[in-house]
Amino acid sequence: MTSAVSFKQVSRHFGSVRAVDAVDLEIAAGEFFAMLGPSGSGKTTCLRLIAGFEQPTAGSISIFGERAEGVPPYRRNVNTVFQDYALFPHLNVLDNVAYGLMVKGVGKTERLKAAEEALSLVRLPGYGTRRPGQLSGGQRQRVALARALVNQPKVLLLDEPLGALDLKLRENMQEELKSLQKVLGITFVFVTHDQGEALSMADRVAVFNDGKIMQVGTPEDIYQRPNTRFVADFVGSSNVLPPDFVQRYSGQHRWGSLRPESIRVSSATSGDGVAARLVGTNYLGATTRLALDADGLRLHAVVPAGTSLPAEGEAVMLTFNRDSLHLMDEPA
Amino acid sequence: MRSDRGQSAPLGLKIAAACGLLFLHLPILLIFVYAFTTEEKSFVWPPPGLTTQWFAVTWNRPDVWDALSLSVRVAAISTAIALVLGTLCAAAVSQTRFFGREAISLLVILPIALPGIITGIALRSAFALADIPFSFWTIVLGHATFCVVVVYNNAVARFRRTSGSMIEASMDLGADGFQTFRHVVLPNIATALLAGGMLAFALSFDEVIVTTFTAGQQQTVPIWMLEELIRPRQRPVTNVVAMVVVLVTLLPILFAYYLTRDGDQIAGSGK
Repeated sequence: MTSAVSFKQVSRHFGSVRAVDAVDLEIAAGEFFAMLGPSGSGKTTCLRLIAGFEQPTAGSISIFGERAEGVPPYRRNVNTVFQDYALFPHLNVLDNVAYGLMVKGVGKTERLKAAEEALSLVRLPGYGTRRPGQLSGGQRQRVALARALVNQPKVLLLDEPLGALDLKLRENMQEELKSLQKVLGITFVFVTHDQGEALSMADRVAVFNDGKIMQVGTPEDIYQRPNTRFVADFVGSSNVLPPDFVQRYSGQHRWGSLRPESIRVSSATSGDGVAARLVGTNYLGATTRLALDADGLRLHAVVPAGTSLPAEGEAVMLTFNRDSLHLMDEPA
Repeated sequence: MRSDRGQSAPLGLKIAAACGLLFLHLPILLIFVYAFTTEEKSFVWPPPGLTTQWFAVTWNRPDVWDALSLSVRVAAISTAIALVLGTLCAAAVSQTRFFGREAISLLVILPIALPGIITGIALRSAFALADIPFSFWTIVLGHATFCVVVVYNNAVARFRRTSGSMIEASMDLGADGFQTFRHVVLPNIATALLAGGMLAFALSFDEVIVTTFTAGQQQTVPIWMLEELIRPRQRPVTNVVAMVVVLVTLLPILFAYYLTRDGDQIAGSGK
């Protein structure tokens, strides 16, 4: 099957800055794909390369088998939901949604009907006569979504669309986007710096750093089996363990990743385990995050709230299953 | 800080403010009054009698009509040129980054910062050098230099407040460059262009200095008025024309002010 989006050795350099550096990427049709990374890691530039706002310095991009270089944004069957929504302030909501059909020359009654349907799809029926300025952030977000979907794109690009929403609204929108994608079957490419968002929504996640893709995989892959220290640390703040430490427990001289929730903390002072000292506790509601010092190595553990804890500064014993210690090939 | 509403300003300050306002606006009122005087050789106060005959006299003077029509045509065409060039320049400066951008921005604004007499002399010597005879079009060129600035300033301010991603959104939704300009850019800068255009029109309409250097035998309204003041013949006609000029220039400026007044909200910054 043809990939929805395919990058072959794609680079985008701005002067001496390598925003995207020799990236290979295959996004399958109908997939919910997340691009995750810190700001400046090249994920948004990748999205703009797919949309056509940027042209690659080197390499080739194809969208559903068609070469995309040199094709302007308005001739690509790809639509974008912008980070700031970019609604047109001089048009009402219905005309905003119908804009794509209007410039394609679709007749007035037909395009307004399609726009009204798109508004129902994002659960904003009857909001057509309002101005974007009269809507809340969450509603503008939905209008931007409807405006993109009304064109029936083959690929929908979402550039941190939930960044400006408050937590509760963001969680609702996450679920809605996910179910919308299932219903429509459109390929969604989602850019975010929020690892929780990427893990909970995406079928597959690409982790970006410094213009390169560090790892591509299912959320489980990325979380349980990070291949580099960067991925381990960026996704879920794993404990990155140096080779000397790992060798003691696995016999192999390799870097290791140990999830904070895999560590059990007991106040025993002898026995099998890693001797450490509790240096701080952070109450997070459902869980408590512990800062530990194991002979100079700083570790974090997450325990359920309500667990009885030794006082700060006291010696503790850390244990974990050998299985949960994940070994990484690249030290980078 | 806002002063308390109930507390009134001291009397001295009130008198000073009233004197200032009177000083500014009393002479204008005097001009209006003299339009109705019966004395035609010189301006005497108080007017010996009041009459409306000068409106009829003015109406029947062909030189007044010539001057008015020339001024209106010059102002209209300079404004039209300024609208096209000013908008293009503002779009280039605010939407893209290129070498010399700040310099271009400064050079465009310079004609309004320079004394009009410098612009006038520069244009006159340039026309002489290029062997261009003085005509309607040399006046238009002279006026366009400062009209462009007014349009440019208005347009550039609006472009800065228009979110750049709106243009990308339009392209993304399938609109090419022309459609994007027509359906997104133009509606968003329209009021700024209207305001800039009206200011430009008003500026051009009462311009004297640059016009004296770039006009040949033609007389625009301000030049005609200067000539009239030297010849004491039917003097109140000048005052009637002055009243018309005040109305023609004041109304567009007031309208332009109302158009750009509530420009605080940023177009397209949807958050």
